[in-house]
Amino acid sequence: MKFTLSWLKDHLDTQATLDEIVEKLTMIGLEVESVDDKSALKPFVIAKVLSAEKHPDADRLKVLSVDQGDGKPVQVICGAPNARTGLVGAFAAPGTYVPGIDTTLSVGKIRGVESHGMMCSERELQLSDEHTGIIDLPEDAPVGASFAEWAKLDDPVIEIGLTPNRPDCTSVYGIARDLAAAGLGTLKEGAIEPVAGQDACPVDVKIEAPELCPGFALRQVSGVKNGASPKWMQQRLMAIGLRPINALVDITNYVTFDRGRPLHVFDAAKVKGDLVIRRGKEGEKLLALDGREYELGPDNCVIADENGVESIAGVMGGEHSGCDENTTDVLIESALWEPYNIARTGRDLGIITDARYRFERGVDPEFMVPGLELATHLVQENCGGVASERRVVGYEGHTPKRVTFPTQEVERLTGLDVPGEESLSILSRLGFEPQGSGETVEVAVPSWRPDVDGKADLVEEVMRIHGVNRIEPQVMVSKDTVSTRVLTTGQIRTRAAKRALGVRGMMEAVTWSFVPETHAKLFAGDHPVQILANPIASDMSAMRPSLLPGLVAAAQRNADRGFADVALFEVGAAYEGDRPENQRQTAGGVRRGTARLEGAGRNWSGNVAPVDVFVAKADALAVLEACGAPVDKVQIEAGGPDWYHPGRSGTIKLGPKIVLGTFGEFHPRMLEALDVSGPLCGFEIFIDAIPEPKARATRTKPRLDISPFQAVKRDFAFVVDREVEAARLTRAAAAADKKLIRDVGVFDVFEGASLGEDKKSVAIEVTIQPVEKTLTEEDFEALADRIVQNVGKQTGGVLRG
Amino acid sequence: MDDLDQLEKTILDEIAGAGDEQALEAVRVSALGKKGTISEKLKTLGGMSPEERQVMGPAINGLKNRVNEALSSRRADLRDAAIAQRLEQEKVDVTLPVPASPAERGRIHPISQVVDEIAAIFGDLGFSIAEGPDIETDYYNFTALNFPEGHPAREMHDTFFFRPDEKGERKLLRTHTSPVQIRTMEAQKPPIRIVIPGKTYRADSDATHTPMFHQLEGLVIDKTANVANMKWVLTEFCKAYFEVPSLNMRFRPSFFPFTEPSLEVDIQCDRSNPGEVRFGEGDDWMEILGCGMVHPNVLRHGGLDPDEYQGFAWGMGIDRIAMLKYGMPDLRAFFDADVRWLDHYGFRPLDMPTLFGGLSS
Repeated sequence: MKFTLSWLKDHLDTQATLDEIVEKLTMIGLEVESVDDKSALKPFVIAKVLSAEKHPDADRLKVLSVDQGDGKPVQVICGAPNARTGLVGAFAAPGTYVPGIDTTLSVGKIRGVESHGMMCSERELQLSDEHTGIIDLPEDAPVGASFAEWAKLDDPVIEIGLTPNRPDCTSVYGIARDLAAAGLGTLKEGAIEPVAGQDACPVDVKIEAPELCPGFALRQVSGVKNGASPKWMQQRLMAIGLRPINALVDITNYVTFDRGRPLHVFDAAKVKGDLVIRRGKEGEKLLALDGREYELGPDNCVIADENGVESIAGVMGGEHSGCDENTTDVLIESALWEPYNIARTGRDLGIITDARYRFERGVDPEFMVPGLELATHLVQENCGGVASERRVVGYEGHTPKRVTFPTQEVERLTGLDVPGEESLSILSRLGFEPQGSGETVEVAVPSWRPDVDGKADLVEEVMRIHGVNRIEPQVMVSKDTVSTRVLTTGQIRTRAAKRALGVRGMMEAVTWSFVPETHAKLFAGDHPVQILANPIASDMSAMRPSLLPGLVAAAQRNADRGFADVALFEVGAAYEGDRPENQRQTAGGVRRGTARLEGAGRNWSGNVAPVDVFVAKADALAVLEACGAPVDKVQIEAGGPDWYHPGRSGTIKLGPKIVLGTFGEFHPRMLEALDVSGPLCGFEIFIDAIPEPKARATRTKPRLDISPFQAVKRDFAFVVDREVEAARLTRAAAAADKKLIRDVGVFDVFEGASLGEDKKSVAIEVTIQPVEKTLTEEDFEALADRIVQNVGKQTGGVLRG
Repeated sequence: MDDLDQLEKTILDEIAGAGDEQALEAVRVSALGKKGTISEKLKTLGGMSPEERQVMGPAINGLKNRVNEALSSRRADLRDAAIAQRLEQEKVDVTLPVPASPAERGRIHPISQVVDEIAAIFGDLGFSIAEGPDIETDYYNFTALNFPEGHPAREMHDTFFFRPDEKGERKLLRTHTSPVQIRTMEAQKPPIRIVIPGKTYRADSDATHTPMFHQLEGLVIDKTANVANMKWVLTEFCKAYFEVPSLNMRFRPSFFPFTEPSLEVDIQCDRSNPGEVRFGEGDDWMEILGCGMVHPNVLRHGGLDPDEYQGFAWGMGIDRIAMLKYGMPDLRAFFDADVRWLDHYGFRPLDMPTLFGGLSS
C-alpha cells in the first residue's frame, strides 16, 4: 500500500515530521517498507531554451543555449524533436544523477560539440514512460526554480507492507485513522454528503447470487465529458505507481486508494438492458480490461447484461463496456463481494488487481453507498453531468459484531498495566464503541474491521496503540532445579549418528527432500512414491524414499567439479508413504573414489585403495554403535536392496524381522540409471528401527571380573567351501567354548588352485582367556580339538595341512 | 712376569682392535676361553710352589680381571656405536606429510550445528525438543492453526501439494513447523515448553528463499505466560545465540492467523561492512522472527480452554539465523553439498555446542 505525505494530510491534521510518521506507522503494525522522499528530483531546475540551432554534424541533434536562471546560459546538445527556442523544461546540470538512465552526467562532447547538461524527458526523471520529447512546461513556469517543487513532485511516497488482516488500511483514510488514534494528529471529517439525484437510475440490477454479492449500488451520471483527470489526481496516482487513463477511470482508482473502496464504471451506452449479478456459466468468456480473455465458470461471480458478461465481479471489468474519451453516460458501481470467492477467482484466473486486493480482505460494507456518493461528487466536479438517483440492491445493513471485553485481559495477555479507561479510549479512537463501563464492557466492532472477532483482537488493538515498546520483558521462571535430559532417544541418536560419521572423515550434506521421480522409483522398493502435484522443478517432483539418490547425485556433482574422492552423509527423513509413521529417520552415507577412513588419494607411503563394501559396512556399524544399538547381537546377511551389487552388499538385522540397515557397493546398472560413475559405496541405517534401550534403575555398570591368568592366542587355518561365510566359521569356533573363548578374529582369507576347486582357506585367531586356572597344554589341546570339530561340523571345514 | 705384561698388552691391543662384537668375542675366547691364553696361565698355578703361587696368583687373576673389564668396556662402546649406526640408518624425512585425522576432515552441516546450539540454549531454559512429520494434512497445517478455508493468508504460503488420494484428500508439505503446536497440545497437558526445529517447504526460490528450508518453532503454554515473558525469552535467546552481551530488539505489531496479538521482531545491527552483520551496534533493523500469543482458536483446536490456558509461540528461520551468525551469503548453497562449502562453513564434529564450553569456538 503506497501513499504520499500530502495525501495522508488530506485526512490527518498533524504537525509530525515525515520521520515521526514513518516510525509511528511501523510501531503500530503498519510496517513501512520504503520511503521515497523524492530527493533524487531535487537537482532538476526549470530552465528555458534561449536558442535552438541545428548541430553542425548531426541532422537530428540540436545545439541549445539554456538559461537556468542564473543569467549564464549554457550550451546543451539535445536530440528531442520538440526542443525549440522558447521551450521551458527540466534541466539537469553536470554532476546530476539522472534516475531514468541510471547515469551521473558529466560535461561531454557529442559529435564534437560540448554539452553542459541535459534537458530531460519524463522517463528520464522516472515520472512516466513518456519519452517522445523533453518535458514541455507552461511558458510562465519560473525559470531557476526547483522543478520538483514547482510541479509538486516533491511529495514523499511511503509504502507500507500491509498484513492481510487490515483491509481498513488499504485506504489512506484508514491509515490516517490509525495514526490519529496513536496520538499523531487529528483525523479530519470523513463523512460524505449524498448527491441529490434526478430521476431513477435507468438501469435495474438483479442479484441472482446473493451469497456472492451481499449488496450492489449503482448510479448513472449522464452528459459527462471524460477527458484527463485533474493534475493533482494524476500526480498522486503516478506517485503510487498507477498510470492515469481518463477522468472516470482515475476517479475509481483514486477512491480505491483514498477510501479503500473499489468502484467500477461502465459506459452506459454499451450496457444493454439491466445488470444481473450471477455465477458464470461453463465456457463463458470475457475480454477483460487488461486485454486478456478469461474463461469463466460457476465458481466465478459476474456482472452480466443482455450482451453477456460485462465484468468479473470485484476483480476486473470487461473491455467492451469500459469507459473511454467518448463516454457521455457513465454507470458507477459500488458493490460488496464475498471475500473468499474473490480470492479464489483471482487466484484461479491469475488476476491481481487493486480491487481484488481489497475485496478479498473485506471492504467496509457501510461505505458502499458513501463510496458511490464520493465517486459521484468527483465525477460531477471533473466531468460534469447529471446524476440519477442511486439504486441500492441486496444490502441489508450491517449489524456490528459485539465483543465482551474484560479490560483486565490486556494485562493477562501482554503484561501491560493499562488502566481500563485508557484501553477503552484507544478503542474509541479506532472507531470501536465500548458500551458501559466497569471491568467488563461490551464493545461494538466498527464495520471496517472484519478482522476483529474476540477479546484477544481487542488486546492487540490496545497493545499496538498504547505501544509494544512499553512492555517490559519479564523473567519467565524456568525451573527451580537442575535440568534433566532435554532430547528424546531418537533425537540423541540422530545427533550421535552425525557426530560419529563426522569423526569418520565424512562431510554432512543436507540435500533436498525431493528427488526426480525416476530416481525415487529406483529406490522406493515396495513403497508408494509420494509425488508432488505442483513441484517447483521437474527434477524435484518426488519425496525421497531413501537418502541415497540425493547423496549419490551430490557426490557426482562434486566429482564433476574436480573432487572425485568425497565422503558425504546425511541424517534425515526418508518417505515411504504419506503418513507420519512412514517418515523414517535415516542415516545414510556414500563414499566415492578413494575416500576411505584413513584418507584419500595418492600418498608417498602407499596409495589408498578404492572404496568398497567393507568401507560402507564399517560406516554402517559405526552409526549403530554410536546410536547405542546392540551391535554384538546383530547379524550381517549377504545381499541387500536392488540398488546394490548383489554379491557386494549386506543387510544388518536384529533378529529375523528388524532390518537396521543395508550397505554395499552400487549396482553397475544403478550407476547407469543415475548417470553417475564409481567407485561408489553407500549405506543406510534406519535410526527409528533401533529398539529403545531398556530402562535401568541405576547407572551402575555391570561388575567387571578381570582374570588374573594370562590370555593366550591360537591360530587355526581351515579349508572350507568358497560359499561358506566367514561369520559362520567364526561363530562355530566361538561356540566351542563360550566361557574360555573371548574373541575370534579372521586374519587371512586365501583362495588358490592348491586348495582345490571352489575352496578357500580362512585363518582365524582365537583369543582364549582362562578364568579359573592356568590351562595346561592338555587343556589347550582339548579346546583346539573342540574348535576343529565344531567348525568341521558346522561348515565342513578341515584344518589346513 | 715379563711375559704376563707382554700377554696383557697383546690382549688389550686385540680388544681395542676388535671392530665388532663378534671379533671381540673371538678375543675373549682366545684369552679367557677353555684354552685361552689366560686360562692356560691359570692352569699353571696348580704346579707352582706356594711362594711362587703367592706371587703369580694375584698377577694372573689381576690380568684376568683387567681383561674382563676391558672386554666389557669395549663391548659397551661397540654397542653404542652399533646403535648410533642403526639410528643413523633409520633416519627419515619427518617433513613428509601425514594424513589429517578423520575427525579433522569430517564436517557437521551448519544447520545441524545451529540446531544443537538452539537445543543447548532452550534446554537451559527448561524447554524440550519436539518434532513432527513433513507431510501434513490440511487440518494440521492450516485449519487447526486458524487459517480459514479460502483465506488469503493461505496463499502467502505457496504450498506444495500431493496428488489427491482415492477420497479426494490431498496431503501437503508443511509450510511451517506450527502444525507441531497442535500435535503437541493433543499429546501433552500444559505446562508446555517446547521448541520444534524442522524442515519446512514453500514453492519459492531465490538467494534467500529455497523450496525447502528449516524453521524453529517455539511454544509455551501455561496459565500465566504473556507477551512480557515472550519478550524476555526471545531476547535472552538472541543474546545467547549470537553470543553478544547486549542486543537491541524491536517488537512491532504484525499479523499471523495463529497468534493474537501478533508481533514481528527486528534486531538492531550494523550492516555497513558487506557480508558481515554485527549485532548490538549500528542503526539498521533486521527482521528476525515472528511471534505472538497463541490464538484462542488454536488453543481450542488443541483441546485447551483459552480462558484457562494462555501462551505464546514464535517461529524463525534456522537457515537464516545461521547465515546471520556465520555469514553465508546464499541460502541455496546450504543444499548443494559442495565439499568446498561444507569444508569452509561446516563445523568440526568434535566441536559440540554447550553452554559451559561456549556455543561456538
